[in-house]
Amino acid sequence: MATVKHKILVCSCKGGVGKSTFSAQLSFALAGMDHRVGLMDLDICGPSLPKMLGLEGNRIHQSNYGWSPVYVDNNLGVVSISFMHSEPDDVPAAWRGPKKNNLIKTFLKQVHWGEIDFLVIDTPPGTSDEHLTIVQSLLGTGIDGAIIVTTPQEVSMADVRKGVTFCRMSNVPVLGVVENMSGLSQPLSEFKFMKLMKDTGSSVDVTQDMISCIRENAPELLDDVFACSQVFESSGGGAERMCKEMGVPFLGKVPLDPQLGRAAERGKSCFEADKCSVSAPALKRIIEKVVASIKMKEDLSGVEQKASPLIGSARRQ
Amino acid sequence: MENGDIPENANEHCPGPQSESAGKSDSCAGCPNQEACATAPKGPDPDLVAIAERMSTVKHKILVLSGKGGVGKSTFSAQLSFALAGMDHQVGLMDIDICGPSMPKMLGLEGHEIHQSNLGWSPVYVEENLGVMSIGFMLPNSDEAVVWRGPRKNALIKQFLKDVYWRDIDYLVVDAPPGTSDEHISIVQYLQATGIDGAIIVTTPQEVSLIDVRKEVSFCKKVGVPVLGVVENMSGLSQPLADVKFMEVGSSNDVTKDVISCLREHAPELLNVLACSEVFDSSGGGAERMCREMGVPFLGKVPLDPQLCKAAEQGKSCFEGNNKCSVSAPALKSIIEKVLASMTE
Repeated sequence: MATVKHKILVCSCKGGVGKSTFSAQLSFALAGMDHRVGLMDLDICGPSLPKMLGLEGNRIHQSNYGWSPVYVDNNLGVVSISFMHSEPDDVPAAWRGPKKNNLIKTFLKQVHWGEIDFLVIDTPPGTSDEHLTIVQSLLGTGIDGAIIVTTPQEVSMADVRKGVTFCRMSNVPVLGVVENMSGLSQPLSEFKFMKLMKDTGSSVDVTQDMISCIRENAPELLDDVFACSQVFESSGGGAERMCKEMGVPFLGKVPLDPQLGRAAERGKSCFEADKCSVSAPALKRIIEKVVASIKMKEDLSGVEQKASPLIGSARRQ
Repeated sequence: MENGDIPENANEHCPGPQSESAGKSDSCAGCPNQEACATAPKGPDPDLVAIAERMSTVKHKILVLSGKGGVGKSTFSAQLSFALAGMDHQVGLMDIDICGPSMPKMLGLEGHEIHQSNLGWSPVYVEENLGVMSIGFMLPNSDEAVVWRGPRKNALIKQFLKDVYWRDIDYLVVDAPPGTSDEHISIVQYLQATGIDGAIIVTTPQEVSLIDVRKEVSFCKKVGVPVLGVVENMSGLSQPLADVKFMEVGSSNDVTKDVISCLREHAPELLNVLACSEVFDSSGGGAERMCREMGVPFLGKVPLDPQLCKAAEQGKSCFEGNNKCSVSAPALKSIIEKVLASMTE
């Protein structure tokens, strides 16, 4: 870990909130800013990162220096249990805690990352063996902080609160919370409209009728209009309110963007090609906040180090 | 195996954890299980006997699994339990998600506590015929993180099985956390002798979820748990047009009124339609194709219904008349009927 400048944990406690999607896009973004990035997939039962980085089917190689990550680009390397399985991807790693812990320790000891600016660590949902092991193992070398990903519903908030508590218990700073799937936003043209026929119980596709009606009478509404739906109810005020209550930074909201889902399935960066027009700007803003806060801490600790001999001598006088 | 199953992390030439020389032979030196093997009692686990006794009053056991997190497994478990109770069955619901227990909220039971009687721990009852057990009822503070390693989680699951007094119930629904780890291995080990009717696996349409479901199906096949079927949840968003807002991208102006007025004037019959969007790409063929490939039953699709999310948040059944889950409730009902039909064959 001596050659790794910054370590960021991405956690969620609740499953399926988009944590791995976020970790993948964070890594793409950091690499796109010309940083050297390592991405470690600690989800041993359900490793998603190989697919999300377009690296399925690759295998880890050994070199004299240790295990070599699989590289997406020169400056973005990934390590995941998927790269080590000699069995087909259908076969689960149904492992108990101790075996998972051993693998995580091996990832930390044997992988040769080289000099990297950021190590992004994608954790599985929950607060169990994997989380305890990674935190305990990295205690000596320091973790810059954790980003907690959630969705707006109360049932996710409950788990995020536990996540914040876990970070505090383990002395891992919370860099902030991201509210993902925060409302669906899609071009009107990607919606279908169905009319339910009460007498027969069947549905009739009336999309053409809708679009024709709007085209004839209000054509300006066809371009550039997005249909938006809350989808996941945030009756409790969502992540922003929870962050205020718990005293942790709120990093922002990312809308539910089917284009982002597609990019993730294809292992692509959402920042390429401009298709993720609703999610990419939101992610970019969040990532910029994270980098700024890490840099600020780095600058502050640099200032403290420079000042400390002066403070020491001031005290002595 | 006579001497117990060899643990995966054991040394080469492991004599077996149940052997007389377990933990004491030369080959045990340095094995992570050495101390446990040397001190553990040999022979069949006495707790399994206690579990068998408790489970003798339970007619059917259904595991709800998912592989991938956040696919709606707990929502499904809760609604399945509501449905079974609504059909006048006696139902028990066991939440073995120890890090993120959702059942108390989804059944409207937050803040309740478990009581002990001389017959054992008493589940918390939603209705007279629907009782729930979860670690959520045992935490003094709901923000408290339960950060336990495997063995401690296993011990709690065992207690849920041997110390809870379920009474005579027709169905025990077990809601598992996502994945294939300690909780899953343990619940199967502890219940195998008394019989598990099968597992329902919940997924969403995307490839990234289906990868994990395939693993889950393989896990069930490996440990001998029948797969009752796979449910494809969040299979397209369907909601009334009235619940959708329309925004102009460039200016972020809300143009909903303009759209609605346009329709009201020129095509009023289109005002009460459903707006549908795929949301989660199922271009890989979704769960239905995966089920064909893996030879397991496909139970059906449940659309992403914001009304179902609301019902879950409020701890309500989606089948109650005044809860407006008009798109998801019929889909869930037909899936649950299929499951019951397959279990009585």
